[in-house]
Formats: sequence, C-alpha cells, structure tokens
Amino acid sequence: MNLTSKLTLALALVALAACNNPRGGMFGGGGADGFGDAGGGFNDGISSMALGDPNDPRSVAHFNQRIGDRVFFTVDSSTLTQEGRNILNGQAQWLNANPQFAILIEGHADERGTREYNVALGATRANAVQQYLMSQGVSGSRMRTVSYGKERPIEACAEQRCWDVNRRAVTAISGNI
Amino acid sequence: MTRLFLFLAALVLPLVPLSATAQPLRLQITEGVIEPMPFAMPAFVAEDQGGAQFTDALARVVAANLTNTGLFREVPPQAHIARITSFDAGIGFAEWRAINVQALITGAVSVQGNRMSVKFRLFDVLSGQQMGQGLQFAGTTDSWRRMAHKVSDAVYSRITGESGYFDSRVVFVSESGPRGNRTKRLAIMDQDGENVQFLTDGRALVIAPRVSATGERVVYTTYETGSPRVALMTLSNAQRQLVGDIPGAMTFSPRFAPDGAGLVLSASINGNTDLYRLDLGSGRMQALTNSPSIATAPSFSPDGRFIAFESDRSGTSQIYVMSSGGGDARRISFGQGRYSTPVWSPRGDLIAFTKSNAGRFHIGVMRTDGSEERLLTASFLDEGPSWAPNGRVVMFTREAQGGDPALYSVDISGRNLRQVPTPGPASDPAWGPLLP
Repeated sequence: MNLTSKLTLALALVALAACNNPRGGMFGGGGADGFGDAGGGFNDGISSMALGDPNDPRSVAHFNQRIGDRVFFTVDSSTLTQEGRNILNGQAQWLNANPQFAILIEGHADERGTREYNVALGATRANAVQQYLMSQGVSGSRMRTVSYGKERPIEACAEQRCWDVNRRAVTAISGNI
Repeated sequence: MTRLFLFLAALVLPLVPLSATAQPLRLQITEGVIEPMPFAMPAFVAEDQGGAQFTDALARVVAANLTNTGLFREVPPQAHIARITSFDAGIGFAEWRAINVQALITGAVSVQGNRMSVKFRLFDVLSGQQMGQGLQFAGTTDSWRRMAHKVSDAVYSRITGESGYFDSRVVFVSESGPRGNRTKRLAIMDQDGENVQFLTDGRALVIAPRVSATGERVVYTTYETGSPRVALMTLSNAQRQLVGDIPGAMTFSPRFAPDGAGLVLSASINGNTDLYRLDLGSGRMQALTNSPSIATAPSFSPDGRFIAFESDRSGTSQIYVMSSGGGDARRISFGQGRYSTPVWSPRGDLIAFTKSNAGRFHIGVMRTDGSEERLLTASFLDEGPSWAPNGRVVMFTREAQGGDPALYSVDISGRNLRQVPTPGPASDPAWGPLLP
C-alpha cells in the first residue's frame, strides 16, 4: 500500500470515527474532526444531518471520504499545494452542486511552533482555503473560518509523519444554511 | 553587617567590579561554578500553644524557597548543634560556625484563634551580627504559607540586594484528556506549586493567560464561542467577560499594558493577523500594525513605551520592537532559526524569547536591542517564558518528545533548571507580581 492509499484509508477511518461520535461533532456547527464543539457546553444545540452513502456523489460522506475534506501544508506555509488545489476543486464542485450546506473551515498547525504563532498560522491557512473556494464560485456567505492553532492535532505522535498531517485545513460541512 | 552580602558578591566576582558591593547580585551564564551559600533554618519557636503546629512547617517552606533558588544550600536541622529555644535570646555563633553555616535564620510564631503572627531574624554567622532588623508579619492561619514566603523574600532580599519572588502566584493552563482533544482549564497556584485553584471549568478550550501588573486580573484566549476570543477575568470573584470584539475577527494573544488600562492583542481578519490596542474603558480598538504577514505575541516594556512582538514579515518568525502607539518596527533578532514570544523583563533590561533552530527549542534572553543573546535551555519543545517578578528567573512550558507538557523554571544565568510541581500536565505559565 503506498502512502497515498494509506492516507486515504486513514482519513476514511477518521471520517467514520467522526460519524460515530456520539456528541455529533460534525453535526450542527461541529467540525469534521469533531472539534466544532471545542467551545464546549456553551453551545450545546445539537442538530442532525444525514451523511449518506459515500457512493452517492451528493452525500456528505462522499464529500468527506471521496473528494477529501482536508488539504495539507508545508512547514510555516499557508500556500496551497497542487494536490491541495485539486482537492479544493472537487470540494468547490460538490459545494456548488449542493448549495444548501454551510461550511466551517478549520485551520490547524503542527506542534513544532509556538502557541500564538500557530493560531495565526491556522487562521491564514483557513483563509487560503476560503479564498480558493470563493475563486471557484462558492459563496463567501456560506463559509466561516476558525483557527485551532496546534490545539487539536489529528495524529498524536511527536514525529514528522504526524506533524505532516496535522498541518491542515479541514472543510467541514456544518449543516444546512 | 554587610559581610554576608560581600561574600555572595565575591562568589560571582568575575563580572562584578569590586566597587560594586552595593550592586545587586549578578549571575551570568559565562560565570564559573557558583557555590551556594550555606544557611540554617531551625524550626520556628512557638510562642504559644497554637503556634506549635506551625514551627516546622514555616521553617520547611522558607528552607525550600531558598534552596530552590540554587543560590543557597541548607545545612539540615539534623546537623545543628545549637537549639533555638527563644527568639530574643543571644545566638551562640561558634556553634553555627562549627557546622559551616553562614546565614542563620531564626523565627517565632504565635497563634490566637485564626490569627497568627510570624517573626524572623537573619544573622551573619561569620561576623556574629544580625543583618537588618527583625520583622514581624501578621495574618490569618490560612495564609501561613504566604507568611513563610514573605520571610523568604526578606531573607533573599537582604542577602542578594534584590527583591524576592516567593510571595507570588502563577496562572497557568492545567491539561487533561487525550492529546487530540485536550481539556484545558485556567488555574492559579503559588509560585512553588501549592494552593492550586481552578478558574475555569474546562468546557471551553483556553490558552495563554497573562496576569495584570497588580495581579488582580487575567486575560486569556477562550474558544467558548467556538472561535478564539480574548477574555478578561477578575481573580477576586472569577467573573469573566469577552473583550475586544471585532466582527468577523479571531482575537488572541492578549497582554496587559503596564498601567492596566488597556491591552495589546492579535486580531486575525480574513486570514491576516495584526496587532491592536484595546482601551478597556472605552472598548475602542486601534490597529498598531498593518502588514500582510503575521504579527502576534506582543509584550509591553515595563514603562509602557514600547511593544516587542513577533512577525514573519521577513519570511520566518523574528522579534521586533515598536513604539506602543504603533508605527515602524525594528527587528532585533538576527541569529539562526525562528524567534517567538518575546517578553519584556520587569526590570526592563532583557527580553526573554522562544527560539527554534535545527529541530530544537530554546528559552533565551537578549538585551532589548537584540544584543548579548544567550540561550538558557534546550529541549524537544520549550516555549512561552514568563518572568519572575524580580526578573531573575523565567518559567516556561517544556514538553518532552511524546510526553506531556510541564512547567519548568530556570534562572537567567541558565542555571537551576527545575520542574515546578503541578497536579497534572500543565502549560502556559503566567507569573504574577510580588504580592503586597
């Protein structure tokens, strides 16, 4: 299995884990990583949204698992890679075909920087994704951005392979507009 | 009378001119090994029945404080020949000289109901003289540790010529839960890790608290709205409010102006992070930087005239200094690697920072013009220095590879690296002022 297919599998598992999150992390304001409620308790309004079958190109599951809900960045950079733009093109296509959904774009950093800088860097990354999706015709009014800095790594190991996937921006379908 | 002081100054002589005996103790990383000054801290004398339960406890807190500075070494009670049984009786100095004690501290405690009074005297054993006058502190029995800290501060100050830092508190972030979904709570403790109290309940992610110059308020970043926002808390009643609202902006990295009337903070608007000044009275926000790059981690000089901050406008994070009203900024860091989180010393003479270079992180200090950089620590991840109130020690977050974060302190000579005890994983220390 090459790295890409491993990663795809890993992401699919992550997406499944998110689906099983009993707190409904990715529903109603939640992020695909299930962190949308990092604000916790103060915002307990839970709504639901069908994920559907990933084989159905109109399903949220298809968006998360087949198109890919996240793009990765190099160290200290918020420049989209070619691979990232390809994924975002797919996201934009899906979002334009499914205009009823609102989006939360989460920017994240790896743990190899200081806390405040990483919040700023995550904001820059989330904005890069937002701007790109807008350039592909997705309305800015559907999108919100948030930066988690280095507070919410998706992979916990303190090694390069984890930092590489933690430097990410996740496009979370956050519910109906 | 000044002999103890002279002795300690002599130990660090390589960088202290002889004529400088009235100058503060100076410790720099280039110095040779420093021999800690031997001291004795016998149990306090109980002046009444109620005082008896505190005689050892007070002495142990004072001894631990002095020992933890790395500047003093205790000659333990088991080695003592003489017994202090009366606070006002004469001292048999020969018996203390015989066990090589140089500084002798004696104390007495009396308790009436929930009120207690604590007295101490400091003696220069070699000259056989008292150093300064005896002092008495009074308070409630609940604050017995604070009185021991005050005794420690007075002893430290008399011997080093500098103010102490023992009667001070540290606000920090207490962490629990899995790495990918940490629970973070704001907490406060004494500088020695005692008396931990939680200030937030952990429902909202919180990061990077900062304490006001008077120690009465804390600013921090909270995710309680779902997005980073600056919050202000009054410690006396734990009342909190969000401040510095800019519609559509994430706000974070706040720090108090020295006069407490305002904050400097970062606001991220459309992905671009700049510095803003918030007047807490009027709520008015004023942009201080306007650059397409990141500007964050601001810190005022103690006189309020300047702000140090980090920016990646050169391509990597570096430290800049500008007027506190904004305008042109001067880069002051030019070494290898990335420089972050500049924090102005309470003395105004140094800026502490985080540096990352070649896969390692360091806490360092430099002069405010960027000269005389020296690194105090090196590890997998060290970050976020916070100054002790006397500008002699910094506390910071250290995380071992694959481990949990913990609080550490180191003095500005790079000596005496110590872990500060916390109930669990901890990060982002913010050292408050010496308490009145």
